[in-house]
Amino acid sequence: MHNRGAVAGAVVLLLIVIMAVLAPVMFPASPWDMVGAPLQPPGSTDLLLGSDMLGRNIASGIAYGARVSLVIGLVSALVAVVIGVTIGALAGYFGGVVDDALMRITEFFQTIPGFVLLIVLVALFSPSVVSIVVAIGLVSWTPIARIVRGEFMSLRTREFVQAAILMGESDLRIILRQILPNALSPVIVSGSLLVGTSILLESALSFLGLGDPNMMSWGYMIGAARTVIRLAWWMSVFPGLAIVLTVLALNLVGDGLNDALSPRMSRKVHA
Amino acid sequence: MSKPLLSIKGLTVDLPAGADRPHALEGMDLVIGQREVVCLVGESGSGKSVTAQAVLGLLPPGRLTVSGGAIHYGGRDLLKLSPLELRRLRGARISMIFQEPMAALNPVVTVGHQIAEAIRAHEPMAKAALHERIEQLLAMVGLPDPPLLRKAYPHNLSGGQRQRVMIAMALSLSPDLLIADEPTTALDVTTQMQILQLLKQIQRQREMGILFITHDFGVVTEIADRVAVLRQGHKVEEGTTREVLTAPQHPYTKALIAAVPRLTATQRAGIPADAPTVLGTKELVKTYGLSGNFLRRSRQVRAVDGVSISIRRGETLGIVGESGSGKSTLARLIVRLYKPDAGVIDFQGVDLATLGRADLRPYRRRVQMVFQDPFGSLNPRWTVGDIIASGPVIQGVSKQKALSRAAELLELVGLERTALPRFPHEFSGGQRQRIGIARALAVEPELLVADEPVSALDVSVQAQVLKLLDDIRHRLSLAMLLITHDLRVAAQVCDRIAVMHRGKVVEYGSTVDLFTRPQHAYTQQLIGSIPGRDWLEAEAGPTAARPAASGSKPTART
Repeated sequence: MHNRGAVAGAVVLLLIVIMAVLAPVMFPASPWDMVGAPLQPPGSTDLLLGSDMLGRNIASGIAYGARVSLVIGLVSALVAVVIGVTIGALAGYFGGVVDDALMRITEFFQTIPGFVLLIVLVALFSPSVVSIVVAIGLVSWTPIARIVRGEFMSLRTREFVQAAILMGESDLRIILRQILPNALSPVIVSGSLLVGTSILLESALSFLGLGDPNMMSWGYMIGAARTVIRLAWWMSVFPGLAIVLTVLALNLVGDGLNDALSPRMSRKVHA
Repeated sequence: MSKPLLSIKGLTVDLPAGADRPHALEGMDLVIGQREVVCLVGESGSGKSVTAQAVLGLLPPGRLTVSGGAIHYGGRDLLKLSPLELRRLRGARISMIFQEPMAALNPVVTVGHQIAEAIRAHEPMAKAALHERIEQLLAMVGLPDPPLLRKAYPHNLSGGQRQRVMIAMALSLSPDLLIADEPTTALDVTTQMQILQLLKQIQRQREMGILFITHDFGVVTEIADRVAVLRQGHKVEEGTTREVLTAPQHPYTKALIAAVPRLTATQRAGIPADAPTVLGTKELVKTYGLSGNFLRRSRQVRAVDGVSISIRRGETLGIVGESGSGKSTLARLIVRLYKPDAGVIDFQGVDLATLGRADLRPYRRRVQMVFQDPFGSLNPRWTVGDIIASGPVIQGVSKQKALSRAAELLELVGLERTALPRFPHEFSGGQRQRIGIARALAVEPELLVADEPVSALDVSVQAQVLKLLDDIRHRLSLAMLLITHDLRVAAQVCDRIAVMHRGKVVEYGSTVDLFTRPQHAYTQQLIGSIPGRDWLEAEAGPTAARPAASGSKPTART
């Protein structure tokens, strides 16, 4: 690996994943349980990162919150990639009327402020992990669709695609087997960056009280902390740091993937 | 030889670690005299462009480094000059023209402005005088209406005109050494001839030295006083043009010269008169609409305009034309990648022109294509085996069987069976083209359409691939349609040739007739523009077909 940033990002990400997986081992009690006196500062007995106004363990909340953030981030990025790739591939491959129609739909989603639409969607379907994931996917697929459309438009004129048409290959097989594998690297890169944005969106939703009420999440913790921010800084700072670290790590990894996957960049970097 | 203008001594340029050889150039010696044109000949990767870059101090920093030798010019060693001193020389005393004029010109700046910039970088000058100088330069390189052209943008000009602008820019400060790196390779033959003549004329007028880099021995005979042949970073031969062409010493030079397509349109075995017609077109038309908007009226371009040709079994028909003549569009109409606007494509009684996608499928297999670009025509993510087997698999052949057939086909096109599990990027251009041919043959077509199959390859490889195509046509008694811009290529393997010009077939007949008695003015011009024609004809001797001088019958010669 030549890219130190990407390596650091991957290490941080790995630690966060380990923390999420081991949350029930490290903190057998539910993060919603009251385990000590309220508003204890960090470093108090048994409370490494302090407690909130109901005496809940902040460290435990952060460990369990990592599960929510990572799952929602990953799955909603996946939803966005699936929608984006499908729409972009169809528009770029078929062109003409299909392209026009699909691009108007894309523009429709692009012109509506994403976060407002997200709030409306989540409020409409009552907040749950599933509705949040679908809603985040629905507001963030447009850049992917644009990228994939561009790739498909240039790849479909390549001679190996013409050769496949002459062999009598069907459109679906050409899209899936001939073109898609060649268009995947930019999708992987922007997909990995999307995970970070999705985590931010989920945190923002939870901050507004629109998160899944059964899940402890970082955004919810910050939201709950805002009324006591002058009394108990640790309640908002630690979940905030968790978000910053996770998103930063994801972006570093995404940039690293970009350098590794796009031949032009990697040549420039290692020359 | 006259007094030396530039002398390169023992120049060694290192390649970065991990390249296929340690040096891009090794112990290169070359002298260019005043008023002398020296051609540097070699195939891709031979180090000819590296030589030019080293002289101008343009080697990509960090990748290629000079590790030895000297380049003397005007009493100084160019390799020891500071960047500032080198910059004073570049453009003013030594200037350069490049292969791709569109890439070398800035698309958003007028050509006049670009020339002005080149002049002003070395010689501050009043605006009026500058404009006058630019217009003189544009007139000198034979461009019409210099005051108007000064204000034109590169995209307003044709390829030949752009190259003339590049030459004007290179000559703007009257350099005494001009380095031309494949300056005519991207141009059509007729334009190439004009540019070569222009360069020669200017070289004489201005008494310049020219270092001319090319891969084409035809071009060498048109312009060079002396020739140096490069191979893998070593100079293998050097001498006057006459010496090298008539008595090449090094086997590589001999091979390169032998690989130049000859103009001998030898009478071929001939196709039996009753050979069935595989495919014929009638009045085929394809128009491209340049869609207009409220500022610009829409315009229609007839890319293919009423073309009627026919191909019989076992025959090779050549379609020859320059860029924009519609030859590639015609090829794509015949294989039905495009849909014609009018006309008939008669494929043994079925009109392919009107069939929809689904109805076409049964005929797809029977008409196959070999593409131009050996890098773009193979899916980089597929193995060679998968690529060749894909056609039969779609036809319903089992994967196992298709792969073993693919192995046989690889041997047929002169590759090893071991190539099956490898990826396209592991092969050279010529090898990839063979893989492309194997892919087309895998579905046992009756007609093979080859669209410029050798134009992206080195000369020596060109000859091999052409021979392979010809062999295969003969062995499998295929009908073949060969699209090419190069009459020399067509002369080698075609039974009949159709010459296309602006979408129309202007001449259509047997190869021998076409070369001995070209009827149409455009055909005559094309044949007259073949680089190195005089040399090729002199060498081929009296048995060769040659365009008859006004009225004399070729049969009169014995």
